[in-house]
Amino acid sequence: MELTILFAPLVGAILCGFGWRAFGETAAMSIATGLLFLSALLSWVVFLTFDGVTEQIQILRYIESGSLSTDWSIRMDRLTAIMLIVITTVSSLVHLYSFGYMDKDPQWKDDESYRPRFFAYLSFFTFAMLMLVTSDNLVQMFFGWEGVGVASYLLIGFYYRKPSANAAAIKAFVVNRVGDFGFALGIFALFFLTDSIRFDDIFAAAPGLAETQLSFLWREWNAANVIAILLFIGAMGKSAQLFLHTWLPDAMEGPTPVSALIHAATMVTAGVFLVCRMSPVMEFAPEAQMFIVFLGATTAFYAATVGLVQTDIKRVIAYSTCSQLGYMFVAAGVGMYSAAMFHLFTHAFFKAMLFLGAGSVIHAMHHEQDMTNYGGLRKKIPYTFAAMLIGTLAITGVGIPLTHIGFAGFLSKDAIIESAFAGGTSYAFWLLVIAATMTSFYSWRLIFLTFFGEPRGNKHTHDHAHESPMVMLIPLGVLSLGAIFAGMLWYNSFFGHVDQVGKFYGIPVAEVGAEDHAEAGEDDTAELVTEDQADVVAEAEHHYAFAGQPGQGALYMAPDNHVLDDAHDAPVWVKVSPFVAMLIGLLGALWFYIWNPTLPGRLAESQRPIYLFLKNKWYFDELYDVIFVRPAKWIGRQLWKKGDGNVIDGTLNGVALGIVPFLTRLSGRAQSGYIFTYAFAMVIGIAVLITWVTLGGAN
Amino acid sequence: MDNLLSITTFIPALAALILALFLRGSDAAAQRNAKWVAMFATTATFLVSLFILFEFDPGNPGFQFVEQADWLLGLQYKMGVDGISVLFVMLTTFMMPLVIAASWNVESRVKEYMIAFLLLETLMLGVFMALDMVLFYLFFEAGLIPMFLIIGIWGGANRIYASFKFFLYTFLGSVLMLVAMVAMFSDAGTTDIVLLLNHEFAYGTFDVLGIQIVGGMQTLMFLAFFASFAVKMPMWPVHTWLPDAHVQAPTAGSVVLAAILLKMGGYGFLRFSLPMFPVGSEVLAPLVLWMSAIAIVYTSLVALVQEDMKKLIAYSSVAHMGFVTMGIFTANQQGLDGAIFQMVSHGFISGALFLCVGVIYDRMHTREIDAYGGLVNRMPAYALVFLFFTMANVGLPGTSGFVGEFLTLMGAFQVNTWVAAVATTGVIFSAAYALWLYRRVVLGDLIKESLKAITDMTRREKLIFAPLVVMTLLLGVYPALVLDIIGPSVSALVNNYDTATAAAAAAMQVVGN
Repeated sequence: MELTILFAPLVGAILCGFGWRAFGETAAMSIATGLLFLSALLSWVVFLTFDGVTEQIQILRYIESGSLSTDWSIRMDRLTAIMLIVITTVSSLVHLYSFGYMDKDPQWKDDESYRPRFFAYLSFFTFAMLMLVTSDNLVQMFFGWEGVGVASYLLIGFYYRKPSANAAAIKAFVVNRVGDFGFALGIFALFFLTDSIRFDDIFAAAPGLAETQLSFLWREWNAANVIAILLFIGAMGKSAQLFLHTWLPDAMEGPTPVSALIHAATMVTAGVFLVCRMSPVMEFAPEAQMFIVFLGATTAFYAATVGLVQTDIKRVIAYSTCSQLGYMFVAAGVGMYSAAMFHLFTHAFFKAMLFLGAGSVIHAMHHEQDMTNYGGLRKKIPYTFAAMLIGTLAITGVGIPLTHIGFAGFLSKDAIIESAFAGGTSYAFWLLVIAATMTSFYSWRLIFLTFFGEPRGNKHTHDHAHESPMVMLIPLGVLSLGAIFAGMLWYNSFFGHVDQVGKFYGIPVAEVGAEDHAEAGEDDTAELVTEDQADVVAEAEHHYAFAGQPGQGALYMAPDNHVLDDAHDAPVWVKVSPFVAMLIGLLGALWFYIWNPTLPGRLAESQRPIYLFLKNKWYFDELYDVIFVRPAKWIGRQLWKKGDGNVIDGTLNGVALGIVPFLTRLSGRAQSGYIFTYAFAMVIGIAVLITWVTLGGAN
Repeated sequence: MDNLLSITTFIPALAALILALFLRGSDAAAQRNAKWVAMFATTATFLVSLFILFEFDPGNPGFQFVEQADWLLGLQYKMGVDGISVLFVMLTTFMMPLVIAASWNVESRVKEYMIAFLLLETLMLGVFMALDMVLFYLFFEAGLIPMFLIIGIWGGANRIYASFKFFLYTFLGSVLMLVAMVAMFSDAGTTDIVLLLNHEFAYGTFDVLGIQIVGGMQTLMFLAFFASFAVKMPMWPVHTWLPDAHVQAPTAGSVVLAAILLKMGGYGFLRFSLPMFPVGSEVLAPLVLWMSAIAIVYTSLVALVQEDMKKLIAYSSVAHMGFVTMGIFTANQQGLDGAIFQMVSHGFISGALFLCVGVIYDRMHTREIDAYGGLVNRMPAYALVFLFFTMANVGLPGTSGFVGEFLTLMGAFQVNTWVAAVATTGVIFSAAYALWLYRRVVLGDLIKESLKAITDMTRREKLIFAPLVVMTLLLGVYPALVLDIIGPSVSALVNNYDTATAAAAAAMQVVGN
């Protein structure tokens, strides 16, 4: 069954990409979509019937060299199962949606067949993504990692006649490669230290890594920390975290279904998945975890500030994605991998829906993407409006405070903010709360600018605005179910009590009783600790703690990782803060865009430097161009002209000037003289050698 | 068949002889005959060589199919293959029919052209099979003569300069290698490579003109061979002949040069430098590792700003050969496996990339990148093939380009993390220059008037690419096909190297005390 899930999309991609001439366009696309739905159906079966026991399925030998041994294989555990349903569900719906969205695309001429190519790329992407999440070793994961990168490259550059699309595609690939640079070094370091890159072996060796020093570059490091940081650099690239985020907004050059599938729901979450997958290593790398928290929180904040002022509907959502990914990293960084996966899971539904909804708006508005040309669309496209509204309620985190009733984002985002508080960094906590305010603001801003107020821009476009066809609305409907219910249904599994979470992920838990206290007491770590633990246990209503070894279950949480309990015990003001943040953002958006619509313009005018700073994304692109792109080309040119040309060839020519006259005299004719000279020299050489050998033989 | 290797080696030479003796005239029929004879001979060579592959016992790390005969002047003729060389033999016989097929449109001096390529094949095969030092030298040096002729006669406008440069570089290396061979013979008393491999060359430190030579004779001989092999690879900073040679060579010449001739340097390191002079290798390995890492970054940056497609791919080749030399001198299993894998894989990929350039050069007669743009609009099949090999060239997992890079870097990390880190930046640069090239040539709207009538690949061209695509994918997904064959020989090589260097270290310890 797992094999079918994995390979059905590949078969679909091949049949669709190469077979459409034989079957016809529609049939080819239907085959790809049908196989994806099959995959999705089986994934749900696997997810719902999964019993928490890790299982491995070997497919084929892969790279084997000396002690290095890897296979193409499937590792089935809860983490894989979650990713399977996220990927296949969103992907199959996006396939379906694309029937409508990609129909009669004005970028192409009437007689051009572009749709089978599009579907083939989508299916190929899905296959690569599945390879990434099902892998049981780092090399296969790297295969999926780069495979999704290629699919992303192809799909961002799908409109290959547009220079901007081609530039964005290259940028996405190259920036991701910067991340891969770190990822690859992390793999090498792991192999160097553990002599294996299979997860089981790495996890078993993880506690030892914390005790090992690795001499890397200029100094000795704690091995666990340096490996965790290197792997996280890979995650930063794929998940568009600060400093390696610049490709994601540009990736919006791709068709909108691509943005929904790749740049919101699946590929960009691969980095979060990697950190969670490597939780046994992360748990032993406290400094690296601090770095992850810091960077995640900063990204969440940064992207939210930029999202405030963008006017392209897709770019707003792109920055929102970037920001939400920061949330997930904060959760993973404080050791609440489960909360990170929870947000990954719910975010996939509501963010894919927001993108597909935006696509539906764009489709209705004849490929106009600038929100300043929208306005008052709620009557024209009521279903799309409803879907976008649900998505916004979900992302801004609407729910009933202090209960577990609310939209998906309410539960998962609150889980992260509480974890950030419990994890102990006020920096991360406050940045996330502020970012939540801004998230609410820009999300409602999007709704108000698009669906409320007076129509702006081209009147003709507004007159012809039309609701999208059913193939596009059905995916929106299905995803909205996820955006509403996914949080409530699976809250306990992802973020319930320790025993519930442990059962979900297959992590052994132990009852915290007198026995454990005795053990803790035996530790020579001051009595204070024991007292603290006793307090916690006394106060808390639950009596379980994680007790797995690294590698047992899908996640590893160290026995001293109490973030889950602490998060549940967070003060009321902490638990309510995201809700308050949401309300402030909503009120702000209402004030700016409904009650006083001239305010934003005036504010932008009076605070021009800040506005431009945000509008230009803190000038990262310009900065990188000056620091990296131009110098690389300049150095390349210098090395070529000066290094190769003047120094190396110059020296050679100098030598040549001495020899050439001699050689030409020898051979007589300059034209092809070198060949003869060479042959001559060789003959002489052979003669010398033979003479020597024969004479030597005679001795 | 006791002399399978000789048969394989000399089928092309025999065909060349037949062409030279019996083919008269230069009319269309004669030209066609010349092409078909060459095609038939190279295909036959490939089919015969398959017997070598199938009969080869991967479990045996020693030499197999060994043939030995006395030759003139007391020399001996000795051939054999082991796990390291057998794949180079296969690479050569596999590529040559494709090279001939890619030359189907040659019109000037077809007979001589085919003779040159056929002789070249014999000489290249000889290099990989020779088990006698004199024989090796003969094949190794003679192999360059047909290549000179191919560039000098069928090459581009600036061919004389290119072949001159090529010559100057190789000349010095050849002389030094010759000196070292003489020295080896006088020390070991034999030219038999199998015996030389078991001979321990002196490594006692001594002074030359006041300079202390650590590793003694081994270091000196290593340097002498290095001068020859480093140029052939080519390694930075003796690489500048390659871009010029590629630019001037006809397409088929570039393919042979990139796919096979460059591998002679790497093979030389594996056959001579590392196993025969382990102490010398160990002394100089840090230098070679750094030269490799610099080569990767340096040539990748230079590739970024090239305006000529062939030059760009040539610089990219130098970068990829940097991974090879780095892998070899890590002297561990992953590094060496990776280096050999990279050489085989680079044979397919760079060969295919030069063929890709050839496809559009045949149509437009220019290699200027700026002369193209938007080819995908009229050449979808070409765009797909070019994209595939571009991705293989940047080392995408799932293609053979990945395995070699990955293993060599993994090997390097165990030896020197700085070198590994610097070399790993190559994965960023290669993506940048390769995709930038692809974008400028293939993507975008088709605006240029001159390109409006360009046609997609013909059936012949597609048939040439098909086997290369298959091999690149096959080795990328199931690298065991190669790693199983080279594994035992490499493992034996690593063991001998470790034993020899450890013994040397122990001996020096004793002397020191």
